[in-house]
Amino acid sequence: MARVLINLPARAKRGEIIEIKTLIAHPMETGYRLGPTGAAIPRDIINRFLCTYNGEEVFRAALFPAIAANPFITFFTVATESGEIVFSWTDDHGETQTEVRQITVE
Amino acid sequence: MDERSPDPPTRRLVLFTAAGLGLAPFAPPAAATPAAMDEAIRMLVGKATVKRGRVKLELPPIVENGNTVPLTVTVDSPMSETDHVTGIHVFNEKNPQPYVAAFDLGPRAGKAVVSTRIRLADSQQVVAIARLSDGSFWSDSADVIVTLAACAEG
Amino acid sequence: MRVLVLAVVAATGAAAAAEIAPGDRRSGYDFAGPESRAMQDDDTANPGMLGVLQGETLWATKAGASGRSCADCHGDARSMKGVAVRYPAFEPALAQPLDLEGRINWCRREHQGAPPFAGESEDLVALTAFVAYQSRGLPIAVQENAELQPFLDLGKELFHRRQGQLNLSCSQCHDDNWGKRLAGAVIPQADPTGYPVYRLEWQSLGSLQRRLRNCMIGVRAEPYEYGAPEAVALELYLMERAYGMPLETPAVRP
Repeated sequence: MARVLINLPARAKRGEIIEIKTLIAHPMETGYRLGPTGAAIPRDIINRFLCTYNGEEVFRAALFPAIAANPFITFFTVATESGEIVFSWTDDHGETQTEVRQITVE
Repeated sequence: MDERSPDPPTRRLVLFTAAGLGLAPFAPPAAATPAAMDEAIRMLVGKATVKRGRVKLELPPIVENGNTVPLTVTVDSPMSETDHVTGIHVFNEKNPQPYVAAFDLGPRAGKAVVSTRIRLADSQQVVAIARLSDGSFWSDSADVIVTLAACAEG
Repeated sequence: MRVLVLAVVAATGAAAAAEIAPGDRRSGYDFAGPESRAMQDDDTANPGMLGVLQGETLWATKAGASGRSCADCHGDARSMKGVAVRYPAFEPALAQPLDLEGRINWCRREHQGAPPFAGESEDLVALTAFVAYQSRGLPIAVQENAELQPFLDLGKELFHRRQGQLNLSCSQCHDDNWGKRLAGAVIPQADPTGYPVYRLEWQSLGSLQRRLRNCMIGVRAEPYEYGAPEAVALELYLMERAYGMPLETPAVRP
């Protein structure tokens, strides 16, 4: 499980636009670096990021090797109701890591 | 055609370049060209005209280190049900391949603003294109100077 | 006139190069660009904090024949407040100073019965970052005493010694030319205020010794091995030179 830092308010007013910042540990190996033998180190990146809010998709990103290591993604969403905001990152092997945060909306 | 995420051509491009590297270990990675970037943009927008404006692409003009460059794209849009940004796509002209990221959003975003950190292999132009709910495309570009770090590992 | 010029040239090469006046002391933070500073200032956007989180887990992880974790002896990590700013510190059993990484490996061997972490391994850097983070904001305060003096002297000599194919000393860049540019990058004063540091060039956290190795490769000198006595002596001198400056771990630097 990669380390993750997520910044989003625990509480918000209904209709408030909140900023969400996410940071996940991952080397994002581009596939272009040459290793010690001269052969390219194979590509190994997180290529998908998804955010759902009480099950509904609110933000999605397709990432490419040009995204820096330890991908940092920030975006906004409207605080519509209390519930769960779920973040998932999927890598080139098809493996997904999921993080869940609660939000209280008044 | 699924215009949201140009994955299949990217994987082919990446695999081709990697295979090319395997054959020529001392050659620098195949760089995208402005033409490759134009082609990638064309695959996204099809026959539509891309208009300048409404999009603001923020990058430091002189980058401290090309390995980690903060980038923000802001699109002027009410983000209402009837008038909102559906996607933000970022391209570059001189990295090994032209795609940087593609973000999908909608009225639930509230604001069409995304930030991330990217890699830039050389001084080059970066382009951000927003697709709106009415099917129109808007863009902004930034020219960035990338210098090598002093005192590196190799 | 010629005699004066020669004297100036000779003085530049001598060990007594102009040291930075206390009022002019500035952290690498001040020489970094606004984006790097912004990255450092936000704990949820600072990639170095990912390493600190990893270190937090390691702090509580049992290790070695003893089956003890750092927490089992030291308790809460807040007990480490004030520790990092005193390092490198003298270890009587070895009759030489240890830097923080060295101390952690010493503890692993002596008190946990565990093999030391490999030099510059991800775990060692993460745990060091977590311990140093406990002293964030505190002024650097390496001890000055008779036991450390010979190592401090060695470190100072190494800092002023010309080396490598480029035949440059640390002092020539970092005492005499700080603030000016080298190949597009601003030359900082070489105050280790934020180690382990997230260096953008590495895209990861790394130790002061790793950064020193980069400098030495930069002047085309043979870099010190991790843990080498010269490396620790140089670290000691650098920390003493930065005495009083607040610790910023984990800093973000280009």
